Amino acid sequence: MAVDAGAPMRLAPGAETARPKVEVRNLAISYDGTPALVGVNLEIYENEIFGIIGPANSGKTSFLKALNRMDMFNAAMQVSGEINFDGRDIRQWRNVYALRGRIGVVFPLPVGLPMTVYDNVALSPRLSGQTNKAELNDIVERCLRRAALWDEVKDRLNSLGSLLSGGQQQRLTIARALSQEPDLLMLDEFSIAVDPVTTMRIEDVLKELRNEMTIILVTNLTQQARRLADRTAFFLTGSCVEIGETEALFTGQVEDSRTADYIAGRFG
Amino acid sequence: MFATTELNVRNSRRQALVQILFMLMTAVLILPVLIILATLIHKGGPAISFEFLFSEPTNGMTAGGIFPALVGTVWLVAVALLVSVPLGVAAAIYLSEFAPQNWFTRIINLAIINLAGVPSIVHALFGVGAFVLFFGFGTSILAASLTLAIMTLPVVIVATRESLQAVPLAFREACWNMGATRWQTIRRVVLPNAVSGILTGVILEVARTTGEPAPIMFTGAAFFLPFLPESVFDQTMALSLHLFVISTQVPGVPDELPYGVALVLIAMVLVMNPLSIAFRMYLRGKKKW
Repeated sequence: MAVDAGAPMRLAPGAETARPKVEVRNLAISYDGTPALVGVNLEIYENEIFGIIGPANSGKTSFLKALNRMDMFNAAMQVSGEINFDGRDIRQWRNVYALRGRIGVVFPLPVGLPMTVYDNVALSPRLSGQTNKAELNDIVERCLRRAALWDEVKDRLNSLGSLLSGGQQQRLTIARALSQEPDLLMLDEFSIAVDPVTTMRIEDVLKELRNEMTIILVTNLTQQARRLADRTAFFLTGSCVEIGETEALFTGQVEDSRTADYIAGRFG
Repeated sequence: MFATTELNVRNSRRQALVQILFMLMTAVLILPVLIILATLIHKGGPAISFEFLFSEPTNGMTAGGIFPALVGTVWLVAVALLVSVPLGVAAAIYLSEFAPQNWFTRIINLAIINLAGVPSIVHALFGVGAFVLFFGFGTSILAASLTLAIMTLPVVIVATRESLQAVPLAFREACWNMGATRWQTIRRVVLPNAVSGILTGVILEVARTTGEPAPIMFTGAAFFLPFLPESVFDQTMALSLHLFVISTQVPGVPDELPYGVALVLIAMVLVMNPLSIAFRMYLRGKKKW
C-alpha cells in the first residue's frame, strides 16, 4: 500500500532547488500497538502549501501530531521513523518547546481558549516572555488583521474569545497560531465548523501567508485542496497512497486508481 | 400522523410523575436545613448581641460571651487552611496533570479516598500521636490545625482534581501546541478555569474544620480558657468544642446559650459562601472575563 521508497516523486516547480522544510522517512505511528499510519515518505518544501486529503481514519491528524511531537503528551502514541524539520531530526531537538513554537496549529473545531480575544492572541508571545504592553498590542493587532478578524473584534478585544461565532473563533485560532510567528502552519480540516463565506476568507488569508511560511493543509474537501495546494498527498487507511502536483492529480494523472476514485467522489 | 398515541400519553404522564417525585425529594432535602436554621434563629437569636460575641464566658460558662472560642476557631481554621490548601492543590495538580496512569497513582488515589473515610476521632488519635507527642508541638493550635488539615486534605484534593479534570483537554492541547510547557499550560489555562471548583472544596473544608470538635479536643482545644491565643503554640477554646461542653458537660446553662453558639457556627460557614463568590468575581474582574 505504501509508496515504494524508490518510486520517482513528482515535485513542485523549482522544488529540486528548494530545500525541504519537512522531510519524512519511513514514518509509522501506532496507538497502543494498533497502527494508525505506516511507511510514510515525503518532503514538504519551503513556502508551499502541501495538501493532505483522505477519508476519516486515514492517519492525517496523527501525521500532524507526530510533526509537533505531541506523542510526548500521549503515552499510548508511538512514533517511529524519521522526521526532519529544517534538516534536523525533531527527536534531536533538545528544546522541543521551541520546535512547537515554530509550528502553528489550527484544529478542526475552533478552540477559543476561555480568555479574552486579546489574551488569546497575546498568549503565545507572553509564554515566550514578552511583557511589553505596546509590543503586545502591536502583535495582537497585526495577527488579527492578517487573520481577517480585526475589523470584527477591534471593539471587543476584552470580551471572552469563546463568545465569538464559530467562524470568528476559527480565525481567532489562526491569529493565535500566527502570533507564534511560525515557519510552518498546520491546518487540520479547519473549515469543518465554518460557513462557506468564512472558509473563502480564510483561504484568501492562506494564499497570502504562503509567501511567508510553509503550510500543511489537511482537508476533507478535495476541492479545497485543489484551490490551495501546490502538491497534494492522498492518505488512505493508514498509508500514503500517492503524492503529486495537485493539478495533475485532479486532472487524472494518477498512479493509483484509488486516488482518482476518491477525488472523483466515488468513495470516501 | 400527528395524532396523540397511547405511547405519547404514557410517556408524558411518566415525565410528569418523575418531575413531581424529584421535586418532592428536593423539598425533603431542603426541609431539615430550613427547620434547623429556623430553630436556631428562633431560640439562639435572642442570645446574640455585641457583648455575646465579644466578651469572655463567665460564671463557669453559664453566662457571658464566646469571644475566646470565636477567635480560637478562626485561628484553627486559618492555620488548617494555610497547610491543607497549598498541599492539597499541589497534590491534585500532580495527580491530574503529571502523574502517569499506573498502579502507583491508583494506589495514591485509593489512599486519598480511604483517608476521607477515616472517622474524625481516629484522626484525633493520630494527631495526638504524631503532632502532640512525636513532633512535640504539645496541645496547641498548631497540632490541632495540622490534625484538621490532614482530616480535610482529601476534600481539597478530590474537589481540586475534579475541577482540573473538568477543563477540556482541547484547551491543554491548544496550549501545548504553541510550545507551552505543562506548567505554563496549568498556570495560564487550566488553573484559572478550575478556581471556582477549588473554592468549593475550600468552603467544604472550612465547614468541616469549623464544626468538628473531635479532632481538636485532644490536640489543642481547651475546655475553658478565657484568654486569647498569642501564637500557634498556645492552646485555645474553639466554638465546636465549646458548644459540646456547654450542652453536655456543664449544668445550669440557659437554653439560648448553646443555640446562640450553634447559630454563630453556622453563620461562620455561611459567610464563606458570599466571600468566595466575591473572590471569584474579583478574579474575573482582574481577568476581564
